[in-house]
Amino acid sequence: MNTAVLQFPGSNCDEDAVKAITQTTGKPAELVWHTAEDLSAFDLIIVPGGFSYGDYLRSGAIARFSPAMSAVREAAERGAYVLGICNGFQILTEAGLLPGALRRNESLQYRCAIVPLTVVRADTPFTSGYTTGEEIYIPIAHGDGNYYVDDATLALMEQRGQILFRYAKEHNPNGSVDDIAGVMNERGNVLGMMPHPERAMHEWLGSADGARLFASILTTWRNAHEHANA
Amino acid sequence: MSTPTLEPTAEDVRERQIYRSFGLTDAEYEQIAKRLGRLPNYVETGIASVMWSEHCSYKSSRRILRRFPSAGSQVLQGPGENAGIVDIGDGQAAVFKIESHNHPTAIEPFQGAATGVGGIIRDVFTMGARPIALLNSLRFGPLDDAHNRYLFGHSVAGIGGYGNCIGIPTVGGEVVFDERYTQNPLVNAMCVGLISHAQIATGAASGVGNPVLVVGAKTGRDGIHGATFASTQDPHAKERSAVQVGDPFMEKLLMEACLELIATGKVVGIQDMGAAGMTSSSAEMASRAGSGIRLDMQKVPRRETGMTPYEIMLSESQERMLVVMQRGEEQVADAVFAKWGLDATVIGEVTDDGMLTITEGRQIAAQLPVALLVDEAPVLTRPSSRPAYLDALLPGADAVVQASAAGDFTDDLLALLAQPTIASKEWVYQQYDSMVRTETFVRPGSDAAVVGVPGTAKALAMTTDGNGRQVYLDPYAGGALAVAEAARNLVCSGATPLAVTDCLNYGNPEKPETYYLFERSVDGMSDACRAFGTPVISGNVSLYNETAGVDIYPTPVVGMVGVVADRSHITTSAFGTVGARVLLLGDCNTPLTDGLGGSEYLAMRAPEQKLAYALPAFDLTREQAVQATCLAVIQAGLVQGAHDVSDGGLMVALTESAIAGKCGLAIDFDEVLPRTDYSAAQQAALLFGESPSRIALCVLPSDIARVRDMAAAHECPLWDIGEVVASPAIHVRLGGEQVVALSVLQAETAWRGAIAQWMK
Repeated sequence: MNTAVLQFPGSNCDEDAVKAITQTTGKPAELVWHTAEDLSAFDLIIVPGGFSYGDYLRSGAIARFSPAMSAVREAAERGAYVLGICNGFQILTEAGLLPGALRRNESLQYRCAIVPLTVVRADTPFTSGYTTGEEIYIPIAHGDGNYYVDDATLALMEQRGQILFRYAKEHNPNGSVDDIAGVMNERGNVLGMMPHPERAMHEWLGSADGARLFASILTTWRNAHEHANA
Repeated sequence: MSTPTLEPTAEDVRERQIYRSFGLTDAEYEQIAKRLGRLPNYVETGIASVMWSEHCSYKSSRRILRRFPSAGSQVLQGPGENAGIVDIGDGQAAVFKIESHNHPTAIEPFQGAATGVGGIIRDVFTMGARPIALLNSLRFGPLDDAHNRYLFGHSVAGIGGYGNCIGIPTVGGEVVFDERYTQNPLVNAMCVGLISHAQIATGAASGVGNPVLVVGAKTGRDGIHGATFASTQDPHAKERSAVQVGDPFMEKLLMEACLELIATGKVVGIQDMGAAGMTSSSAEMASRAGSGIRLDMQKVPRRETGMTPYEIMLSESQERMLVVMQRGEEQVADAVFAKWGLDATVIGEVTDDGMLTITEGRQIAAQLPVALLVDEAPVLTRPSSRPAYLDALLPGADAVVQASAAGDFTDDLLALLAQPTIASKEWVYQQYDSMVRTETFVRPGSDAAVVGVPGTAKALAMTTDGNGRQVYLDPYAGGALAVAEAARNLVCSGATPLAVTDCLNYGNPEKPETYYLFERSVDGMSDACRAFGTPVISGNVSLYNETAGVDIYPTPVVGMVGVVADRSHITTSAFGTVGARVLLLGDCNTPLTDGLGGSEYLAMRAPEQKLAYALPAFDLTREQAVQATCLAVIQAGLVQGAHDVSDGGLMVALTESAIAGKCGLAIDFDEVLPRTDYSAAQQAALLFGESPSRIALCVLPSDIARVRDMAAAHECPLWDIGEVVASPAIHVRLGGEQVVALSVLQAETAWRGAIAQWMK
């Protein structure tokens, strides 16, 4: 599985994503500068966390115009996996690759903590290593993680199974609608989430629950790949 | 094309004594004129005044700072550079420094605190190091005052806003509240970086003809004379425009670009433009190399039109660096900075004439000997006199307190846990990204933070410590205690202390009593640094922290870094092993003679008496024995948890360990302290007194014999005082009766929620 980790000016979780991929696949991900126009060589593209363009104007609002984001759109259309984490999730919503928007946390404060999430669906390429309803612990670190989507779209998303992670009851850290922590596109190959699975790769980091997300993607890709080769 | 200005002439500067408004005394001005053999013009007066300001010249402190030990086999770079460097083995080194941003924070807390963080990060990456962690030592007035809450809340947001954006985890620090800091908060920011020995860069402008570049942000009119303003008595009288505005996004780009540039090997010298901007960076770089520098102001990228050489030289616009490249390699800088969308502009060259020459095109705007600016700055011997109050303190054991109405100390413990100085700082650190870079082994909330060294089994432990009230009550012992507590915190996490960076925050040095406190506390710190083998490798002095004539407590803050030889040694303050014994290293009974002097408990129960009683006795030899034992038993794998006893005394330490370990504690002093006739004050002292040199350990019963042997070998007292229990409650027996009984949940609620309650 070939993985790209995008780098925008201001990305700061790019190296952490590379480490998580190296740990999962035994092969480092490639850091790809935001000016790249061709991502056809990659099976998985990670849009990492950080403060692209300083989060000036609005989180993700400037990064969505970079050449690499056009390439991400093309990759998503051909079926490559796209994972947006934190600022990456914000960029994907700004780019229209995922529904909804991320607003300022309800507390108006940045929040960093390891929070419990509920895995809503375990039958997706991103979550096959979990069980449905399982409680997992993943760190959050954001000021703009308050997910919003209108009621009609939310109902549609529920119906289509696009919600993959929710903050556990009583643990919503930012005011997100319906406790939403991570959502998928309709086709099922683009995931955006505010929590940072790449920060939950070892028990000594506070949790190893994030490792299974990357393992899920690898397993799904391998299965599809072997199937195609068979 | 020169801009017409209405700048005063050299004669005006003298006759109208304009130099006084820049902070120069008449004598200093005369000295400068005499050295030049002419009257300095307006630009030159501005440059000289800022270089001779307290902030840049350390004129009141320099003589005293020489008392610090600064050498050691581990030291690769001592004081005098942008940051100090210590060897951590395997060709790698730790780079660190702490710096104050007190005065700007008093005026504009968000930007004041944020730019403090930005400045200290630049000091570290200037050395070629990758910053890996931030810490902050903060002091504010009590939270029952709305302005204090504003300063506290906005400072925390500013610190988070900068560190979070740039992607360096904020892993530790401390926050203390006391009315002495009401108008004069302290914000001391520390940054730790990692570097390989081969990559170390320095701030020297050597090689005649080498190009001098300004890189990073454009220069604006912000922060002009910020350094001068930080050196005067009443910051509130100064203009808010002297506070700089930070742009962490710009700094992130600058950091990546500078590290990339240094890695090319084409950089001769590099220096952050912090206080006094282009003036101090150019003068200091030339001074280190014994060279001169010539700069053309017309070439400096500006973000405003019509800026004069005076404004450009004195601007403190943030996120800029001065770089000397090898001649002919300018395009290397161009290429690297262009990738990051930043300016890298040649603005001058290195000379051999020992002069700082500022031109505007071909016209000379200022020309001053570098030696005059750096080496010949005044070194003052301020009068020093021992404050009378120090000789009027009562013995700590004389402090009288009554047991609470309930007849026991449960309510006192709950109230103490909710004191903002003692309460959980979660409200603060949950606003900081403490996990980015995914190397944070021990997050905020334990004794020291621990961050992994990638690619090795090692880790770095780091902490900041200082207790102004203790230094006020006993400057020598208080100074030594600050160092001892920092070392104790590192040892409790399993680290061997390596070196110190210090931030020396004091009041007005022109008051002989304040100067005495400064001098004596530096002596205490120096002796403790020698005892622990931790030289001072970098630091900062902040004087004139006073409001309306009232000084802050003398508040030296010690930043200390240690190395954990193997990650398996990492230990936290959590006591979470049911059935394990609770042991105390150090003395259990010294509080009977030490009493409650200097304690948080006394400050809470009898605020009017909190400065009336002497500090507990401090014995460096005993402290060393306690720390050596602690480190030895941790490294032998015999310890489940370790927590130093400090603010709030033994009961607060044990309660914090129970909360972190999610277990209960059954503490029984009856065996080790069998008397039954303790007075309420003695009981309070045993439970809450702050006698130093004590560490609580959590040890499996099967390991106790070995721990005892090792303690005996170090001549360290060891007391078995209780057990970690599954039932989530804390019970304490003392003097034949139960003196504390509460659930861990009750304790945790009081402790965790206190600051958030105030900040709602």
